Amino acid sequence: MSDNRAVSVRSLTRRFGTNTVLNALDLELEPGSFTALLGRSGSGKSTLLRTLAGLDPAPADAEIRVPASVAVAFQEPRLLPWKKVWQNVTIGLPGSGAKARAERALAEVGLNRHTEAWPATLSGGEAQRTALARALVREPRLLLLDEPFAALDALTRIRMHALVLDLWRVHTPTTLIVTHDVDEAVLLADRVLVLDAGRIAADIPVEMPRPRSHGDSRFVALRRRLLSELGVEAEVIREAA
Amino acid sequence: MSEHALGARGALASPEPIRARLPRVNLSQYRRFISPLVIVLLWQAASMAGLISPRTLAAPTTILASAWELVLSGELPRHLLVSLGRVASGLAIGVTTGAALALVAGLSRLGEEVVDAPMQMLRTLPFLALVPLFILWFGIGETPKIALVALGSAFPVYLTLFAGIRGVDPKLMEAGKVFGLDRRGLVRHVVLPAALPSGLVGLRYALGSAWLSLVIAEQINATAGIGFLINDARDFLRTDVIVVGLLVYALLGLSADALVRAFERRALAWRPSLVKG
Repeated sequence: MSDNRAVSVRSLTRRFGTNTVLNALDLELEPGSFTALLGRSGSGKSTLLRTLAGLDPAPADAEIRVPASVAVAFQEPRLLPWKKVWQNVTIGLPGSGAKARAERALAEVGLNRHTEAWPATLSGGEAQRTALARALVREPRLLLLDEPFAALDALTRIRMHALVLDLWRVHTPTTLIVTHDVDEAVLLADRVLVLDAGRIAADIPVEMPRPRSHGDSRFVALRRRLLSELGVEAEVIREAA
Repeated sequence: MSEHALGARGALASPEPIRARLPRVNLSQYRRFISPLVIVLLWQAASMAGLISPRTLAAPTTILASAWELVLSGELPRHLLVSLGRVASGLAIGVTTGAALALVAGLSRLGEEVVDAPMQMLRTLPFLALVPLFILWFGIGETPKIALVALGSAFPVYLTLFAGIRGVDPKLMEAGKVFGLDRRGLVRHVVLPAALPSGLVGLRYALGSAWLSLVIAEQINATAGIGFLINDARDFLRTDVIVVGLLVYALLGLSADALVRAFERRALAWRPSLVKG
């Protein structure tokens, strides 16, 4: 790589019919950084992630550079129900030693006792941890998380936040999490981007040591700022608090 | 029921709950068989009283005796083997063809355009109505019989497998792609396993259809097979042998279905309804 950007996007425009979802968007991510992408529904955050993942075709006039190894965790675990947990983790991996690698990855997410289980027997949190193991086993240099905890209950989500941070520290992939949960963004990321009208409307560094607490005054201030960036009025915030 | 009665029963049952419960479960299981048994007994009584002539319908005991004789003489096994052979060859051809066409139509747009339209048109034909044409094309030997079974079993397999392939969750396909499966890998690890449950339902339909085809096919100038046994018995007014043939058809159908269900339990062990068991 000629520069030290892990991800570099220049003038990415995506239209669906007359609706411009991404409008000449520029984005750069430092290697090993943890970035959260916030936005209202329909703001194009999932479209951006899907383009980075190679799931949506990149337009010819856009310049997009991502590392060779990219892994995704979706909102739903998307496990193949007819493959055992470890086979889901190794899906698409070539050759020998795959099972041992799967077992190591599953141990890392705390699922070593479930390697031979069918996905249908897993709880929502376990299924999502399997999905994380499936992403990690590929040693991705870019990890894309598309609202991966939105469907989990609050307690499970707290545990998953801690797990993701642990995994990120150990494996140091460049990580981009798409979320509509402001608290989640502030808890996890070094940098929060707000997507609005197809562009990055705000780019805010999060300078707080981890583990972060909701009670921290910096946390509260940042949360308020992000909510107002997202167009939530100040009175609503005060009432909710 | 009054509270008293409930309380009394509860008090009685509580010291040995298991022994108290078991017979009740068994009774309700066997209750289903009481009315068929009564019907058979009435039938036997009516036959013995001379109310049902053996030319109309033989007595159950006569049927059992004839069945035993036919087994001992080796006649029933011989005809059974011939019939089984016809169904096996017909099914092998029909299921293979149906599955192959479903794969072609399911996995490519071009394949769908070429294959699906004619298949959808042909399936509206009652295939048993093709018997006269088959006799003209294939004569009266084994070929038209096997061809009829094959035709009857190909369509259910085609229709269900095609629908299964097209019904694959696109989100799983996307996940497969992201995690590095190429087209062949997607077909093998995502599409085919996803389509298997529906394909197996089709296979069960195909088996039912195959037996039906066999019954019709064996009316065409057969010289062996269960159908021949039945037709031959008709000429001699042997209603007992006719009923034996019918029972054999029924047993064959049942056991084939049980076979597919046993395979389903193994192949679809991942399904939530089966996982818990």
